[in-house]
Amino acid sequence: MNLDKNILVKLNNAGFRQNNKWLVEGVSLQVEKGKIVTLIGPNGSGKSTTAKIALGIYKNIEGSVEKYTNKIGYVPQKISIDWTLPLRVNDFMVLTENIKDDQINEALSLTGVMHLKNKNLGNLSGGEFQRVLLARAISKKPELLVLDEPVQGVDFTGEIALYELIKKISDTLNCGILLISHDLHTVMTATDHVVCLNGHVCCSGSPIDVAKNNEYKTLFGEQASQILSIYEHKHDHEHSDEGSIKKN
Amino acid sequence: MFDDFFIRALIAGIGIALVAGPLGCFVIWRRLSYFGDTLSHSALLGVTIAYTFDLNIALSVFVISSVIALLLIQLQKKTNLPGDALLGLLAHSSLAVGLVVIGFLTFIRFDIMGLLFGDILAVTTNDIFVVWTGGAVILIILKLIWKPLFASTVNYELAEAEGLNPDRSKAIFTILMAAVIAISIKMVGLLLITGMLIIPAAMARNISDSPQKMVFYSIIGGLLSIVLGLFSSLEFNTSSGPSIIVASLILFILSLLKIKQSIKLKN
Repeated sequence: MNLDKNILVKLNNAGFRQNNKWLVEGVSLQVEKGKIVTLIGPNGSGKSTTAKIALGIYKNIEGSVEKYTNKIGYVPQKISIDWTLPLRVNDFMVLTENIKDDQINEALSLTGVMHLKNKNLGNLSGGEFQRVLLARAISKKPELLVLDEPVQGVDFTGEIALYELIKKISDTLNCGILLISHDLHTVMTATDHVVCLNGHVCCSGSPIDVAKNNEYKTLFGEQASQILSIYEHKHDHEHSDEGSIKKN
Repeated sequence: MFDDFFIRALIAGIGIALVAGPLGCFVIWRRLSYFGDTLSHSALLGVTIAYTFDLNIALSVFVISSVIALLLIQLQKKTNLPGDALLGLLAHSSLAVGLVVIGFLTFIRFDIMGLLFGDILAVTTNDIFVVWTGGAVILIILKLIWKPLFASTVNYELAEAEGLNPDRSKAIFTILMAAVIAISIKMVGLLLITGMLIIPAAMARNISDSPQKMVFYSIIGGLLSIVLGLFSSLEFNTSSGPSIIVASLILFILSLLKIKQSIKLKN
């Protein structure tokens, strides 16, 4: 039963085991409309696995997943397109849903790759392809976006622009976003809720709560928590006159 | 001008080309060439069963090939053997079982060569009916599952995540493969059916830059192969299946010239 209409997907104590090894276990989280939930954690901590559990790609899971939407856009971490497929960007955009041409153009323009529309997918660079992947996911105006390292391989200025775009999408479309990122600095500026994973949920909460958490500090080091405090400081400064400086 | 049997072969062949074109593209995209081979080898068993129990050949082949296909999917899940070993195992053992069963059927005179390589003389009005209705059903179903099947061919996880149920479309596609082999076995023969699926599609790949174009050229290539193959088969008195495949091979070689040209243009 979905009592709260804003919930798009909810994991209850979910876990996934492969070859008798837990990839991740005991994850509870929920993504709501208009909210960005970010998964952070070291390599192999189960971030992508958690995303795949939420998406229903993994079937035999422990715990449960409640999904309240079918309009989903997904940017996977790894994707290999076979050269045996003659596939242009334009064909790729309508892969899972038939969308109108002006919607395609809009999405491609937003991610800055409109000029690649008729190019063959195999000829794109890593960063260009990443922008196309993001464009495809947002073009269908989904209710839930699952973005697994969506800006990998994108140049520095592009990275910032794309994160701004992601934030904007969550506001304008009022869609929920489950984001996975390594870039703590950028992530924290837009996230509503952070879940820190390391095979299980280490800690979760608002960015500032997570930064204060001791487990987070041992996982990412003292410096990482300073990144957050710097950000939080800036943030406070911009929005209120308190300007409180946090010491960890 | 032409004999009736030739016209019948032409009509049946055109029907096969229309179906083999789009299906062949998926065979190439999903790397199923040897899967097609395995299914067509198992078709011999289907034919012998049809003779033994006096059943419709296409129906019997369809059932046996479907069973082999589902068996393969199960074996892939349950054993640690690599996919190609399982394909070989099923292909050759079902072929062998089929041939052994033929050995027992001494009361029927078998045209084994016709079975292996196709025979235009054997095409009846009833066969035309089977090819065209069967073909129409295959194409309609393919059209219905096109979106999920194509999406999962490009990327399984994307299709699954965005709610397209790729496993279902894969299972349906497997059945369609069995069906196309069943309707075309008489024309092309069981050793060459996979060629009819792959070669026009491979030719089309060389000259297309989008999936729709590849399907279109694959159908055109198949039609040309049927027409050229059947006419030369009549002219040179060669068996129909090999003549059709040779014609499609010639088209494939011509498409290579086009690649060479476009590489030159780029430089």
